[in-house]
Amino acid sequence: MASNNNQNKPTQTRVANMNHSPKKAMLLSIIPGMGQIYNKRKLKGIALFILFAAFAFVMFDFVTSGLQGLITLGTEARVDDSRVYLIEGILALLFTLFYAALYWINIQDAKNEAQKIRDGWVPGGVIENFRNSWDTAFPYVLIGPGFALLIFVVILPLLFMAFLAFTNYNLYNAPPRNLLSWVGFENFIRLVTLSEWRDTFLSVLTWTITWTFVATTLQISLAMFLAILTNDKRIKGKKFIRTILILPWAVPGFVTIIIFSALFNDNFGAINTDIIQPLFNTTIPWMTEVMWSRIAIIMIQVWLGFPYVYALFSGVLQGISDDWYEAAEMDGASRWQKFTNITFPHLMFATGPLLLTQYTFNFNNFNIIYLFNEGGPAIRGQNAGGTDILISWVYNLTFTNSQFSMAAAISLILGIIVATFAFFQFRRSRSFKEEGNM
Amino acid sequence: MNKLFKKISSNQMNRKQKSRFEVALIYLVLAVMFVIIAYPLFWAFAMSMNTTSNLYTASLSPENWSLENFKWLFTNPRSDYLLWYRNTLFVSTVVTIVTTLTVSFVAYAFSRYRFKGRKNGLYAFLLLQMFPVLMAMVALYILLNIVGLLDNLWGLILIYIGGGIPMNAFLVKGYFDTLPKSLDESAKMDGAGHFRIFFEILLPLAKPILSVVALFNFMTPFMDFILPRIVLRSPENYTLALGLYNFVNAQFSNNFSRFAAGAVLIAVPIATVYLMLQKYLISGLASGATKG
Repeated sequence: MASNNNQNKPTQTRVANMNHSPKKAMLLSIIPGMGQIYNKRKLKGIALFILFAAFAFVMFDFVTSGLQGLITLGTEARVDDSRVYLIEGILALLFTLFYAALYWINIQDAKNEAQKIRDGWVPGGVIENFRNSWDTAFPYVLIGPGFALLIFVVILPLLFMAFLAFTNYNLYNAPPRNLLSWVGFENFIRLVTLSEWRDTFLSVLTWTITWTFVATTLQISLAMFLAILTNDKRIKGKKFIRTILILPWAVPGFVTIIIFSALFNDNFGAINTDIIQPLFNTTIPWMTEVMWSRIAIIMIQVWLGFPYVYALFSGVLQGISDDWYEAAEMDGASRWQKFTNITFPHLMFATGPLLLTQYTFNFNNFNIIYLFNEGGPAIRGQNAGGTDILISWVYNLTFTNSQFSMAAAISLILGIIVATFAFFQFRRSRSFKEEGNM
Repeated sequence: MNKLFKKISSNQMNRKQKSRFEVALIYLVLAVMFVIIAYPLFWAFAMSMNTTSNLYTASLSPENWSLENFKWLFTNPRSDYLLWYRNTLFVSTVVTIVTTLTVSFVAYAFSRYRFKGRKNGLYAFLLLQMFPVLMAMVALYILLNIVGLLDNLWGLILIYIGGGIPMNAFLVKGYFDTLPKSLDESAKMDGAGHFRIFFEILLPLAKPILSVVALFNFMTPFMDFILPRIVLRSPENYTLALGLYNFVNAQFSNNFSRFAAGAVLIAVPIATVYLMLQKYLISGLASGATKG
């Protein structure tokens, strides 16, 4: 390994330092910074040591009491607030993970540098080193603020919710008056064994799935139908037609849903008084009968949701080359054959993952359920309304029944379902493959 | 429909006639769709112009339309409309500025630097993008309650910013990826620092996507109803969407034309922006979701 023999680079004197051991650097790094000092980077080593020591010194009390609090959730009712203990515990947990990750990086860094030194690398001056570390640190500096926000606003609440699902937080056992305690999987077990919970859960779950499937599929089919119609060469004024068809997407959803809930009103809604009454001489109980409410909600969602898909499809259709269709015509293909063999595959290939998001969106489409009828009409023997989907049921459990732990447990189930969907979307989306090669 | 066509052609109808019939049929379908789309919107507009604030006696004919309801919203001492407008503007402005800045930083790092943890970070963002903030509403409610940000506009602002980061970061990252790398490399050769490359070269080039992100974030508080509903309690803190909802929620039939007037004032500008930017928004959202 004698680099002195290297004739190509005579100016560079690279002396392999066989005695410099990466293993030793790693072992020394158990005390952060020592490995770096061993690597002859004293300033860096001292800075690292001070940093790690200071963090450990300042945070030690917080972390130990936080983790302890996470286990006990407080000992004295009225004095200890279990919710605060829970949050501090999660923060302590996150901090510990963060610290451990840094510790690991520190050891790796010492090892890598020692390896480089062994292979003949000579660390530069202080200023050069400093610039190098600024270069490596820069992307983290950029990500820092966004990531911190994400941790406190998104990840912390999600974790808090997950932990909450395993406690007994409800109307009668609410901090700071009472202490919470860990109950394991009891909430989940109650959800599937106690008949009052099980019946509601099952009926809400079946409706959620039916709703997601029917509403989304209908809105996609309508969008496809209209996109194919408007793509016809013989149709004039396409720009105008497209603008009108996209209009429902452009108007804020909460406005249109409230308008629809007025239109569908049993007593004075225009749909009953102006259309159904004169034509069929009867009125339909859109708001008070479960089946009709469900039909109304699905129709409204189709109205609201088709334009976006329609716009996507129109874009794709305009991009399909005419050659395909001409070739198919030569072979005497029928309209239906052209659709199934050319149009449909093109549409699905280009928009597949996006259509999947439409399903996940409707699965959690709280807006329409709540704004149309607040999940109603009520069903006897259930604590969820007839059109309540899981997420709006969670809302009710949280804000009207104060069944926080149960709401968290159901949210967790929701989360798992969405995550499964997300996983499949992940694997199919191009980004996954592209990033995978990097 | 296919069968129908076959039947017609078997009736010796010639090709031209058949084609004309088809076109007519397409126009008919579109006309029906137009009516279905336009009716609720027109109805709401007509409501907003009605003098009577009562849903029972309101009429759709433009004979006795007036701007009474709009006047009421802005001048009546019992109307909080202007206050809600100010709240919403405040939330929107802060959210827009903070989000656009943080997101462009994050997107720049992910697009231009190869650093440890980059891939995992991207996956984390992709995953978080799938979970609506709403899913953690139990936790958000309790957390905000503990830190005293419940019924506070800052609490709302925080959630908007945090929840929007993953999705927006992907949009902007996708755009940065399309800008040629040779630009910043040559600037680096000339000795420009990291921040200078970012602020003086990439940021000006990314103006189109940044303005879309900014606009999008600005409009969200005007359209969103759920988060304000969870966070805000007292009427003087309401945002427009929540305030308008409470109009109809309190006395549904009596206040409806006032709600309609307030809604028209929000919906018209937002719909205009959407229609003007539709191509950009749809393709942008599409590439954000599929391309990363």
